Amino acid sequence: MNTRKKISGGFFIGLTGFSAMLIIAIIVVILVIIFIGGKDRMTWEFLTTFPENGMMEGGIFPAIYGTALMVIIMSVAAVPFGTITAIYLTEYASEKSIIAQTIRFAVRTLATVPSIIFGLFGLGFFIKFVGAEMDSIFHAGNLKWAQPNILWASLTMALLTLPVVIVSVEESIRTVPRDLREASLALGATKWQTIKRVVIPGSISGIMTGTILAVSRGAGEVAPILFTGAAYYLANLPSSLSDQFMNLGYHIYILSTQSANVDQTLPIQFATTLVLLLLTFTLNLTAVVIRSRIRRKAKA
Amino acid sequence: MKEIKIETRDLTLHYGTKMALNSITLQIPEKQITAFIGPSGCGKSTFLRTLNRMNDLIPSVRISGNVLIDGLNIYDRKIDVVNLRKKIGMVFQKSNPFAKSIFENIAYGPRINGIHEKKKLKEIVETALQKAAIWDEVKDRLNDSALALSGGQQQRICIARSLAVEPEIILMDEPASALDPISTGKIEELIFELKKNYTIVIVTHNMQQAARVSDITAFFYLGELIEFGKTRKIFTTPDKKQTEEYITGRFG
Repeated sequence: MNTRKKISGGFFIGLTGFSAMLIIAIIVVILVIIFIGGKDRMTWEFLTTFPENGMMEGGIFPAIYGTALMVIIMSVAAVPFGTITAIYLTEYASEKSIIAQTIRFAVRTLATVPSIIFGLFGLGFFIKFVGAEMDSIFHAGNLKWAQPNILWASLTMALLTLPVVIVSVEESIRTVPRDLREASLALGATKWQTIKRVVIPGSISGIMTGTILAVSRGAGEVAPILFTGAAYYLANLPSSLSDQFMNLGYHIYILSTQSANVDQTLPIQFATTLVLLLLTFTLNLTAVVIRSRIRRKAKA
Repeated sequence: MKEIKIETRDLTLHYGTKMALNSITLQIPEKQITAFIGPSGCGKSTFLRTLNRMNDLIPSVRISGNVLIDGLNIYDRKIDVVNLRKKIGMVFQKSNPFAKSIFENIAYGPRINGIHEKKKLKEIVETALQKAAIWDEVKDRLNDSALALSGGQQQRICIARSLAVEPEIILMDEPASALDPISTGKIEELIFELKKNYTIVIVTHNMQQAARVSDITAFFYLGELIEFGKTRKIFTTPDKKQTEEYITGRFG
């Protein structure tokens, strides 16, 4: 009996340990394969030149540029909007009010919507509705805004990343001590002055974390921009909000499924993947560091 | 007897269904130091916070009765609570400077009141720091973070910060409870000095402190005002048995 208990105990220790190790192994294998496959292609030239010869050769500069531009436009939309929502939830709405609970429910739901749905929504709402309306009002019905472009793609991505911003800003606003708010109010500050001068400066690192997490998420997603602005190949960089753009994630997708000779582009695929991974990994790491600082501050 | 600055009439306060203050009626004279004493949870801090409507921030609080400052009911609908609080400074138990420079901490109040002229702000900051007896210690490092100062210094910065908006009343909620004896001594001297120009109401846990600095003492117990009168009398010949037991350390 006793030996049997020991055996089954040992078995479960082994099983749980094995499962945990498996996770690490998967990560290591992915990283190693991508690194080995991509490292030879990873040159300065690769990062700074255009694709050539039907994307069989050359670099990925337009994809990097397009991704960067998209996340910037996305942040400009998502960060202020998300921050304001978080301020409303923490400072103005009472915790149990129906409005606050509805907003929280909506934020949680938004976070679980599959990203392809955002893409479809962007197509239907921004392009077919907003864009079409803009064209009929400003361009006499000529096609300008009612087609995929970097603006619509960025705004679609902003919707996807909004919950990330809201949640991290909310968390950090809650770490601003009540003492400080009271000190400000006791000096005759209005609630808005207190928010502007004490609460927001006190949660700036949370706003930064939220931004970085949103950027890293946005940089890695492809589905939302499939129909809303990403292009297969462009000879020129986007120069206006109504231009399409190239994107790292989308570039990987087309290299591996749409190019004339998939095997020949394999090194480029690996190197592009490596760039994208490094980018999102660095961003996430930065966010983790800032967030852990906030948590430490909150405890102190 | 000095003029009455603050007066409460039948002030009752509930947190939800729990009564925290039961029909408090008292009169606080101008330019005197009035101390509130009593064991933890007796309602003295809650009472202090009704005087600048800080309890408004807590949703479950219900208040009945009147608080009159200069004869005006501050719970009247017509009263602008923001203006009211400009008239009443508050110093908290734990020093709570903003994460800003010393200068910006003091200039905070004037700035929100629309003073932006650099020269004027400098004047106000210097005067406030001098009144709070900390000018000499910080005059060379006004741009350093206020958080870099010691606890006692931080508390005097907080006092200076409240003086900068030129209040008439200063409410202090156990301002020295987190400080060492030397810092406490400095704060007490300062409070005594401030009495010349301000009406001061101080909540304290420390009975010696109340005896040392205050002119008038109110003893609270379980949300009731047990005894209220001249400090000397309260500490030598109190009328109520509970007061005597508390100040002699038999409970609380």
